Amino acid sequence: MAEPVIKTNKLIKRFGNFVAVNEISFETYPGEIFGFLGANGAGKTTAMRMLCGLSAPTSGNATVAGFDVYKYPEKIKQNIGYMSQKFSLYEDLTVTENIRFYAGIYGLGNNEIKEKSAALINQLGLQNEVKTLVASLPLGWKQKLAFSVAIIHQPKIVFLDEPTGGVDPVTRRQFWDLIYDAADKGVTVFVTTHYMDEAEYCNRISIMVDGRIDAMGTPASLKKQFSASSMDEVFYHLARSAKRSAD
Amino acid sequence: MSTIELHNIVKTYNKGSVKAVTEVSLAVATGELFGLIGPDGAGKTSIFRVLTTLLLADSGTATVNGYDVVKDYKAIRQCIGYMPGRFSLYQDLTVEENINFFATLFGTTLEQNYDLVKDIYVQIEPFKKRRAGQLSGGMKQKLALCCALIHKPAVLFLDEPTTGVDAVSRKEFWDMLKRLKQQGITIMVSTPYMDEATLCDRIALMQAGKILSVNTPARIIEAFPGKLYAAKAAGTSKLLRDVRAYPPALDVYAFGEYVHIVFKNEEGNTAHLIEYLHSQGHADAEIKEIKPAIEDCFIRLLKQ
Amino acid sequence: MKQLFTFVKKEFYHVFRDRKTLLMLFGMPIAQIILFGFALTNEIKGSKILIVDYAKDAASQQLITKLSSSNYFEIEKSFADHNQIEAAFKEGKIKLAIIIPQSFYDDIQHFNKAQVQVIADASDPNMATTLTNYATNIIAGYQSSLSPTKKIPYRIVPQIRMLYNPELKGAPNFVPGVMALVLMLVCTMMTSIAIVREKEMGTMEILLVSPFKPVFVIISKAIPYLLLSVINLIIILLLSVFVLDLPVKGSILLLFGASTLFILTSLSIGLIISTVTTSQQSAMMASAMGMMLPTMLLTGFMFPVENMPVPLQVLSNIVPSRWYYIIIKNVMIKGLGFSAIWKETLILFGMTVILLGLSLKNFKNRLA
Repeated sequence: MAEPVIKTNKLIKRFGNFVAVNEISFETYPGEIFGFLGANGAGKTTAMRMLCGLSAPTSGNATVAGFDVYKYPEKIKQNIGYMSQKFSLYEDLTVTENIRFYAGIYGLGNNEIKEKSAALINQLGLQNEVKTLVASLPLGWKQKLAFSVAIIHQPKIVFLDEPTGGVDPVTRRQFWDLIYDAADKGVTVFVTTHYMDEAEYCNRISIMVDGRIDAMGTPASLKKQFSASSMDEVFYHLARSAKRSAD
Repeated sequence: MSTIELHNIVKTYNKGSVKAVTEVSLAVATGELFGLIGPDGAGKTSIFRVLTTLLLADSGTATVNGYDVVKDYKAIRQCIGYMPGRFSLYQDLTVEENINFFATLFGTTLEQNYDLVKDIYVQIEPFKKRRAGQLSGGMKQKLALCCALIHKPAVLFLDEPTTGVDAVSRKEFWDMLKRLKQQGITIMVSTPYMDEATLCDRIALMQAGKILSVNTPARIIEAFPGKLYAAKAAGTSKLLRDVRAYPPALDVYAFGEYVHIVFKNEEGNTAHLIEYLHSQGHADAEIKEIKPAIEDCFIRLLKQ
Repeated sequence: MKQLFTFVKKEFYHVFRDRKTLLMLFGMPIAQIILFGFALTNEIKGSKILIVDYAKDAASQQLITKLSSSNYFEIEKSFADHNQIEAAFKEGKIKLAIIIPQSFYDDIQHFNKAQVQVIADASDPNMATTLTNYATNIIAGYQSSLSPTKKIPYRIVPQIRMLYNPELKGAPNFVPGVMALVLMLVCTMMTSIAIVREKEMGTMEILLVSPFKPVFVIISKAIPYLLLSVINLIIILLLSVFVLDLPVKGSILLLFGASTLFILTSLSIGLIISTVTTSQQSAMMASAMGMMLPTMLLTGFMFPVENMPVPLQVLSNIVPSRWYYIIIKNVMIKGLGFSAIWKETLILFGMTVILLGLSLKNFKNRLA
């Protein structure tokens, strides 16, 4: 078994009296697609922020890409990619400018940037759109471009926060093709989503309820555990009893 | 006569450069629960805004409850309820204050129409003194629905009420809609979630400003050309690649833990496929014929 | 280091692609340099003054010639009766009056000493001081010219009287200016932001799709700010009377009446701004840039309007606060009645009607 890329042990985040994340422990491995599910308010976003080095935990341990989240948050940021539904690319910059910008920020050299930009553009079929402002691209293309840009520096892990919200079914699947590609190349993909069928595309899933991880395993094992025929049912079963979503 | 009618509506933005709605015609019967199903950019919000008289279409006509959206907009505004896309209530007012404000706006009170909103209101009543901005996503949707209903409208327009809300709250919301339908209110809902389509009486599938199909969910599924198969094996992504490489397969795409397949030839030879998959290392491959879901129909319509 | 460069490059893209901000970035400094360099000046030239010559002799004639040939002054009237002086000051056309007594020449000849009365409108103390300085300098110059060789010099002593503000307090000048500025700021900016906020939040959609008439939306937005502005006004007046020691000489009723009118004018401007902007940020910028700057520069309390180049003077005529400022000064500082301010009031009233009409016409019944 390879070294875990993310390792957490009893991670806690408290805001005053409120325990947003309550002792979560798990590991993820290279090339794994890990689905991080949970209702709104369950603590997913807070947990992800800790793993991205954006927020220090209250207690517990975690290492991401081999770096301790307390001691080396900056090193973590250099070794991960991030993409969220709300923001990823600058709307008033062109496709090429966005690629060059992020590649530069991630510290790639000039030659590398040229090479990788070209490869990315070819893979996505955006040759005719290189000078188009991102604002004019259809949503699906934006999301695919944002994902590719997030991994342009070949990070060990990429965090995706609801990346396919509002996108049509065909483009969603194209997006997941990109995710599979990345996973095949050894990138760990840590993704949250509200689409339960996407949960099935993951190697393993965890479901957060009221700050805890109440279930974790492969989709098949979870369905067996809860005698459910779909991930939808599994989720419903767990989230229904949650206290937090009630207010 | 239908409660909602659209004839050849065209709507563009930015001096015609953005074609949001292209020649859309629809009719919704009284008391129907009608769904506009499609991703972002399909034109759903533009259609809502034309029907609620907030925007003028470039061309085409539309009526709501018999009134023309251009000439009789004042009459329409008296008899409809509207829940726009984002959470559009006053974040710094409490639940109670929001409801009272909207009730008064429409010349009624909470007490007057209490039976109508009771089902929903009892769920948020415990929080009535809490500021709307501090409610969870699901609660906000319920509050917004209450405020849209409070004056007993004849027609209810709900623009993506379940987007961004978790699966449990979504289910609860649709249960509430079903009960509302029983009160005789015509409801037009939009959603990007294909699985919610089957909860409507009739639906319109939309993409990029055009209608792909309008019918009851059952008939749309019936209209799926040919047979649909689902294959399963450990290692879905490898399965996907291998089936794609299989010449007789026409459409192959992932669908949860399965891979959905449409064969070029109407009569797919599943036995042959299993053999092929075994040879590719999928010892546990299974395949069966399935009934298409709305999402399968949507994907098929997109490809045409 | 390279990352810093990449980031900076991106920021430049953002800046250059935002045309509106670019306009402000370069347009503003240029406009300001031109304005401050050429137009706005504290130097006063061609001020209209009044001369009452009781002496009507050779000496007074010489003095008058010296005064009229100066660049600083322009002789507006030259009548014989000093009772009309007060009226002339009230009209606001003259800022300075010089009265030469009947015995001017005789006093010089026989006593080597004469008096000249200099009366200045000190409601603008800076201007009054400057003008009286110019006058006394010219008188001193005339005095020297009379006795180039004689051992006992002639002395012409100017008796200076500062009207309306004998202590030359700065308050009479800037308090009305501040009132105009504050009311304009609160009413225009806050009203426009309040309306645009509904648009931004999305609640405007729901309001429009209801039987509630749009005009009532406007009225309900304006009323809180109207009330708050009146309270603001009361606070400013209380402060200026009790803390700055600046009493209200004229009718308080008139003051409130005129102020309410001005508040309505500012509200209408706020309304117009709200109909053309879509975000709170741009509403705020339009109010600040579009209203505050002209108000500060062209009202007349920082830089006298009379000394600006003609185009700017014309421009200042459409700035509502200019008229309000005159009204306030006349009522509060000079203690004048309605007869002195009816013209300005009418202008303000006309502006309000036009602006209100425009904003109601512009207010969209739909989203677009």
